[in-house]
Amino acid sequence: MNRKGLLQSGAFLVWVFVLAVAAPAQQEDAYRGLRAGLIEEIRADVKLTSERIGRARLTDRVLQAMLKVPRHEFVPDRLRPYAYENRPLPIGFGQTISQPYIVAVMTDLMDASEDATVLEVGTGSGYQAAVLAECVKQVYSIEIIEELGREAASRLERLGYRNVEVRTGDGYYGWKEKAPFDAIMVTAAASHIPPPLIEQLKPGGRMIIPIGSAFMTQHLMLVEKDPGSKIKTRQLLPVAFVPLTGGH
Amino acid sequence: MLPHLAVFLISAAALAYEILLMRLLGIIQWHHFASMIISLALLGFGASGTFTALAQKRLLDHFHFSFAAAAVLFSITAPASFAAAQQIPFNPLEILWDSKQFLYLVAVYLILSLPFFFAATCISIRFMHSRQSIHRVYLFDLLGAGFGALGIILLLFLLDPSECLSLISPPGLFAAAMVCLDRKTSRSVKAALILFLAGILIAVLIPFGRTGLRISEYKGLYAALRVPGAEVIRESSSPLGWITVVNSPVIPFRHVPGMSLNCTVEPPEQLGIFIDADSFTPVTRYRGNPGEAAYLDCVSSALPFHLLDRPSVLILGAGGGADVLLALYHQASSIDAVELDPEVVRLVREDFGEFAGHIYASDRVTMHIGEGRGFVAGTHRSYDLIHVSLLDSFHASAAGGFAMSESYLYTVEAFQRCMKRLRPGGFLSITRWLRIPPRDSLKLFATALAALERSGTDRPGLRLALVRSWKTCTLLVKNGEFTPREIEIMRSFCESRSFDIDYFPGITEEEVNRFNVTDEPVIHEGAMALLGPDRIEFMDRYKFNIQPASDDRPYFFHFFKWRVLPEVLSLKGRGGLPLMEWTYPILVMTLVQALAASLILIILPLFFLHSAGGRTSGEVRIGFYFLFLGLAFLFMEIAFIQKFILFLSHPLYAVSVVLSSFLVFAGLGSSASGRWSGFLCRRGGWASRSAVGVAVGVIAVLSIAYLALLPSVFEKTMAMSDWAKIPLSMAFIAPLAFFMGMPFPLGLSRVADSAPHFIPWAWGINGCASVLSAVLAALLAIHLGFAMVVGFAVVLYAMAALVFWKPLG
Repeated sequence: MNRKGLLQSGAFLVWVFVLAVAAPAQQEDAYRGLRAGLIEEIRADVKLTSERIGRARLTDRVLQAMLKVPRHEFVPDRLRPYAYENRPLPIGFGQTISQPYIVAVMTDLMDASEDATVLEVGTGSGYQAAVLAECVKQVYSIEIIEELGREAASRLERLGYRNVEVRTGDGYYGWKEKAPFDAIMVTAAASHIPPPLIEQLKPGGRMIIPIGSAFMTQHLMLVEKDPGSKIKTRQLLPVAFVPLTGGH
Repeated sequence: MLPHLAVFLISAAALAYEILLMRLLGIIQWHHFASMIISLALLGFGASGTFTALAQKRLLDHFHFSFAAAAVLFSITAPASFAAAQQIPFNPLEILWDSKQFLYLVAVYLILSLPFFFAATCISIRFMHSRQSIHRVYLFDLLGAGFGALGIILLLFLLDPSECLSLISPPGLFAAAMVCLDRKTSRSVKAALILFLAGILIAVLIPFGRTGLRISEYKGLYAALRVPGAEVIRESSSPLGWITVVNSPVIPFRHVPGMSLNCTVEPPEQLGIFIDADSFTPVTRYRGNPGEAAYLDCVSSALPFHLLDRPSVLILGAGGGADVLLALYHQASSIDAVELDPEVVRLVREDFGEFAGHIYASDRVTMHIGEGRGFVAGTHRSYDLIHVSLLDSFHASAAGGFAMSESYLYTVEAFQRCMKRLRPGGFLSITRWLRIPPRDSLKLFATALAALERSGTDRPGLRLALVRSWKTCTLLVKNGEFTPREIEIMRSFCESRSFDIDYFPGITEEEVNRFNVTDEPVIHEGAMALLGPDRIEFMDRYKFNIQPASDDRPYFFHFFKWRVLPEVLSLKGRGGLPLMEWTYPILVMTLVQALAASLILIILPLFFLHSAGGRTSGEVRIGFYFLFLGLAFLFMEIAFIQKFILFLSHPLYAVSVVLSSFLVFAGLGSSASGRWSGFLCRRGGWASRSAVGVAVGVIAVLSIAYLALLPSVFEKTMAMSDWAKIPLSMAFIAPLAFFMGMPFPLGLSRVADSAPHFIPWAWGINGCASVLSAVLAALLAIHLGFAMVVGFAVVLYAMAALVFWKPLG
C-alpha cells in the first residue's frame, strides 16, 4: 500500500474510533489531525505540480484556511468518514463539494489580498466560501438552488463566519450593489461567462472558473483583467501532465 | 405447436426487454454504462445453462411446470428487477473515487440478469424436452427474437419506455399459459386461463401503470429542473430518444457555448430541449429581426460566415435551430438543415413555431429529416458551407462518454464526402468542445489532413485553419487554398473576439496563444507536427489517440492509450483523473468480468455432470464448438449492423432492420437445417459430417464477397429512398443469415443424439460466448476495424466446422 493509501485507511480507522468512543472535544481533535494529514498531502501534491500552476507552494494563508475549515461540517452525515480524503463528494441536488486539492489551488490562484472582497457564483455546500472567508475580508456568494443556498447560509452562520453573505438566485448579473470585486469564482457550470461578472471584476482582478463536470474538474480557467480593463484568459491544467512523451 | 409458440413469445419478450433496458438505462444513467450493464446482465443466459445442466432431470420430469414457472418468473422479474436496480445508489461518475460503486454495479447487473436467466431457462428446458426437433425450437427462438426487436421499436413510437416496461410481462405470462394448455389437464387449463387473464389485464392497464424513472441527479435535465420556476412544458418519446422541453422563466438558459468575453449582449429567451435527460439544444425566441441573433456572431463557429458572401449552407445536426439562426443572421442565400429526430423538428416548427419565429418554415430554409453522413452521401447539391457544430453535450464529451460509440460523421471518408459537396472556395466547418490537453481539435486536424491527402490534394496545409475560443475549437477545411484576404479576415475576426488562431497557412509563432493562453501552445505545435514529416511519430508520441477515424474503425471519440493509464492514476490526488478516457478501460473491465463469470459458468456444471456419470469423451469439443459459434455469430451480426448503419444512414432503421433480418433469416436457416442434415445423413460418411462445413463455406464466401462488394454497391445505391434501401439490405442479409442459422441446431442435434445431458451446457456456453462476443467485437473494431471482425468470425466458423467433423458427443 502506498503512502496515500496508508493515510486514507488510517484516516478511516481514526474516524471509526472517533465516532465510536470519543467525546465531542476529542472528536474535534481527531478531525484536526485528519485535516492536517490532508493538508500535508496537498502540500506535497502542489510541489509536484508547481510548474503547471506557476507556483512552487501554496501561500500559508490558503494552507491555514484549509487546515482550519472543518470540511466534515459541509458534507452529508453519511459521508463524514470521507470528509478528509482528497476527493470530491456528493452533497445532493446533483452538486458536489470539490476535491480539496482543487479548492486549495483555486483559492491560491485568485491571488486575493487579506483586504479583498470576493464574489462566488455557486455556493454549493459553502465549503469554498468558508475557505475564502478565512483568506479575505468579505465574501459574497450566490446559489441558484434555494435549498442549498439556505442550508449553506445557516451552516456558515453556525460555524461563525460573519464575513460571508449568501443569497439565492440568478448568478448571471453578479452582485451589483457590492461590486466591484477583487476576485470572482464561478463554480457553477455555464456555457459562457456572463458579461456582468466581467464588468464587476476590478481592473487587476482575477476570475477563476473550473471547467468540467461533476466529480471531474478538467481544467481551470483564469480570467485576468489588466489595469487597462483588457481581458486575458489562461487555461490551467491543475496537474503536471505533458501530452507528449519524450522526444524533442 | 403450443410450446413452440411459447418459445417464440418468451424469446420475443427477452429481446424486447434487452432493447428496452438500453433505452431506460440510457435515460436514467448514460448510454455507455447502459451497454456495460446489459452485457453483463446477459450472462443470465449463461447462468441458465449452468442451472438447467445441474437440475435437468427434475426440470425435465416436470417440463410443463418448469417452463411455466420460469416464464412467470420472467414476467415478474422483468419490471421488478428494473425497479429494484433503480433503488441501488449506483453513480458511475463516482466510480473512480469510491470503491463501493463497484459493489453497487455488481448488484445492478446481478439483479438485471434475473429476467434473462428465467427466459433462457425456458428455452434451455425446451431444447432438452424437444431433442428431436432442435432446429424447430431454434427457429421459434430466433423468429421470436426478430419479432421482439422489431416489435419493441414500433412500441417505443407509441408509448414511452417506462410504459413499455409493463408490456414485457404479458408475453411471458402468455408463454406460460400456452405450455399449461399443452399439458391438457383440467388444472393446467385453469392455470392457463388465469395466466391469460393476468396477461390481458396487465396489457390493458398499462397506460395507468407507468414506472417512475429515477434519473441521475447529475444529468442536465435534473439540474435544469432544480432552478426556481423551471418546468417541463412538453414531453414526448420515440425510439430515438425521450424528449423534454423545459421553460425556465425566472433564471433563463442563456446557452451560447464559448461566447467571446468581449461580447456584452445577453442572449434572448430560450427554451431547453433535453434528449434522454441530458443532451441539450436550445430553442431561441426570434421575432424575425436578424439583429436579435447578433449574439451568435460571438462564437467561434461564426468564422466561416465572415469568409463567405450570402452562402448556400448545409447544416448537419440542426437541433433546436441555433445554427440555422446563425446562418439567417448572416443572410445565407439558402439553408439545408438536417436533423435526425423528427420530433425535435416538429417541436421547433409547430409547437414552438411562433416562439422560434418559424425559422424552420422560412423560405430560405429547407428541413431534412435524416442523419448527416447519409444526407451528404445522397445529395447531389453543392454548398458554399457545410457546418457541423457541437453535436454532443459538453458533459458527455468531457467525461469521455462517447468513446465507444461509433460516429460516421468524423471519419476520413466522411470528410472526403463533405469536401466533394463543396463548391470551389467553399468551407467545411466543424466545431467541437475545447479540451485541455487537446484531443478533439488535433484529431479533427489529422482527419482533415488525411482526407485531403486521400483526395489527391498536393499541399493540404494551405487549405486548413484552426481557431479556438476559451471553450470551443473550430476547424475550417477549404475547397481551395486560403487567400491572403481570407487570412486577414480570420485575423480580425479572432482579434475582435479574443479568439486564438492555432493554424492557418503561413502562421508564425508570434500569432499563437495570445488570448486564451495555454502553458504551451500545444494545439499549434500539434498542428505543425501533423503537417510535418514526422506526423506518424508525433501521433505515436502523443499521449492521446489522435489517429484519424475511418469508416472501418469509426471511433473518433476513442482517445485512450494504455501507456498513459499508470501516469493518470498516479495523478489522482492532484486532479489528474479527468485526463483519463475511462470508457475504454471500462469496456476491458467488462470483458474481464464477463470472462471470469463465463469460466465459472462453463466449468462448474462439468463437475456435476461428471459426478452424475455423464462424462463424455467429446465434451471438450462440444464446449469449443458452441464457444466458436457463439462468438462467430455475434461478430458477424455486429460487424454487418455497422456496415448497414452507414448505408441506411439511420442508426435506428439500420439496427432494427438488420438485427431483425439476421434473426428471422437465421431462424429460417435453422428450420431448413433439419431437412438439410437429414438429406446429408442419408448419404452417410463424410457427407453427414460436412453439414456444418458446407454452411460455413457459404458464410465465408458470402461475407468476404460482401466486404469486397458492398462499398461499391452502397456507393451506387446511396441516393435511393429508404423504401428501396431497406429491402435491398434485407436481400443482402437473407442468404448470409440463412446459413448462419444452421451450425447451431446442427451441432445441438448431434449433441442431443449422442450426449443429450450436455444440451443445457452447450446452450449456456453459447449464451456466455454471445456476451463475450459483443464486448470483444467492439474492442477488435477499435483496434483492427470491422472488416477484421468479419475475418475473425469466418475463422471461428471454420474452426467450428473442423470440430464438427468428428462426432461431438
